[in-house]
Amino acid sequence: MSKITRRKFLAGSVAGSAAIAMAPTKKAFGASLEGFPDGMGVLVDMTRCVGCRSCEAACNQEQNLPEPDRSFADYSVFDERPHGEHRRTTEKAYTVVNRYDQDDSESVFRKIQCNHCNEPACLTSCFVNAYTKTPEGAVIYNDKVCVGCRNCMIACPFGIPAYSYSSAFNPIVKKCIFCYDTRLKHGRTPACVESCPQQVMVFGKRQELIKIANNRIRRNPGKYVEGLYGENEVGGTGWLYLSPVPFQEAGFNVALSNQPIINNVKDFLAIVPMVLAIWPALFTGFHLLATKGKSHGHGDDHNHDGQEEH
Amino acid sequence: MVNTGKKLIIGLAGILFCCLAALNCYAANAFPETIEINVLSDLYEGVVFDHSMHIMMSDGCAVCHHHTTGTPVVDPHCAKCHATDGPLEVVSCQDCHSHAAVTAETMREREDVYRYHDDKPDLKAAYHLSCLGCHEEFGAPTGCEDCHARTQAGDEFFRSGQFAPAGPVGDSAH
Repeated sequence: MSKITRRKFLAGSVAGSAAIAMAPTKKAFGASLEGFPDGMGVLVDMTRCVGCRSCEAACNQEQNLPEPDRSFADYSVFDERPHGEHRRTTEKAYTVVNRYDQDDSESVFRKIQCNHCNEPACLTSCFVNAYTKTPEGAVIYNDKVCVGCRNCMIACPFGIPAYSYSSAFNPIVKKCIFCYDTRLKHGRTPACVESCPQQVMVFGKRQELIKIANNRIRRNPGKYVEGLYGENEVGGTGWLYLSPVPFQEAGFNVALSNQPIINNVKDFLAIVPMVLAIWPALFTGFHLLATKGKSHGHGDDHNHDGQEEH
Repeated sequence: MVNTGKKLIIGLAGILFCCLAALNCYAANAFPETIEINVLSDLYEGVVFDHSMHIMMSDGCAVCHHHTTGTPVVDPHCAKCHATDGPLEVVSCQDCHSHAAVTAETMREREDVYRYHDDKPDLKAAYHLSCLGCHEEFGAPTGCEDCHARTQAGDEFFRSGQFAPAGPVGDSAH
């Protein structure tokens, strides 16, 4: 509600630049932040997924999404490569399952949806503050304030937010909200998790899920590759993946740093207000000091030149 | 002569006794020929599971029933503790695997840190993980509707049959 006044803005800028000057190692701040300690997540065990698409159907029903282009019982979608890529999330489908064929082992299926990052890049990229990371762990957004700029679509390292291109007058961003309104808020399991016949997914506290995942890796040698995707990537995600094949073979982005995306630009962004607010004042001051008492620079120069000649 | 005859008779009697004992055991552990699995049916009809046929095809009860039937345990995970266990009172899947969906909270009963069975799938997953694993391995049917027919509610859920979408033509993608 409080309006940002000019005074507050300037004070903030000065404070911000002072903070930079005093704390040159800003990176430690971002890395130490681990989101909400009791945040919920989902553990996805890809060794179990058989590509039945029940989760896609359940999501469609739960979120009242429009009719899909194809039946959820149509498995030929796994053979499609729209634009040479695997299927991605759209305004009509907040989650999709894709098949990744392997050279020397069986194909694996991977379900994608919003990973509900601990430090979401979509949230930090949104200039109207449409996004919220709830204490339950969901990354939700307020579609009333979304202006459809699509910054979040570019910022998301997983390419998840989709856009309602079909809407001519009010196109907004659309993505999985962890069934926040209907389920998560009340402590209930998300619809996709509940629908899965193979219990590919386990819903629970993120910290608990990491223990369960490590247990599975330890108890079943050779079944999984080492590592839990999402445990550290981009500062950690709510959804975590166990895979039987190297993560890059299942389409995961393995080039991501463990730093939250915001850390890439935090230093730069903190300098911007300093440059904008302080530099004009500072250099105007320098100029005024430098020219103090000198009413006509031109006359001085003329005088000087004259002395030289003599 | 008499001695040999006696030995033969005793031997035969012994064999007969063993056979009878084995039969008795078999009768005591009477298993259902078929089982209708319909506790979870909603989107799909129940499944009439041909138990006898699966017994004939499998390498023993323990393949599906872990250590509960008293037959030699095959899973090394079970064998650590239950290698010499006798049959249990309860052997049905739903006696141990919960109908309710499992979450991390219900899975790890944290009060009991020594509990080994802390990653037990719920009933629906126990069925599917067990069935599909073998079916894939042995080339048996693996499609959803190969085992259970979809109900009308299921057709609506999957947007199939009478609820199938009109098709990509004429929708938002032009």
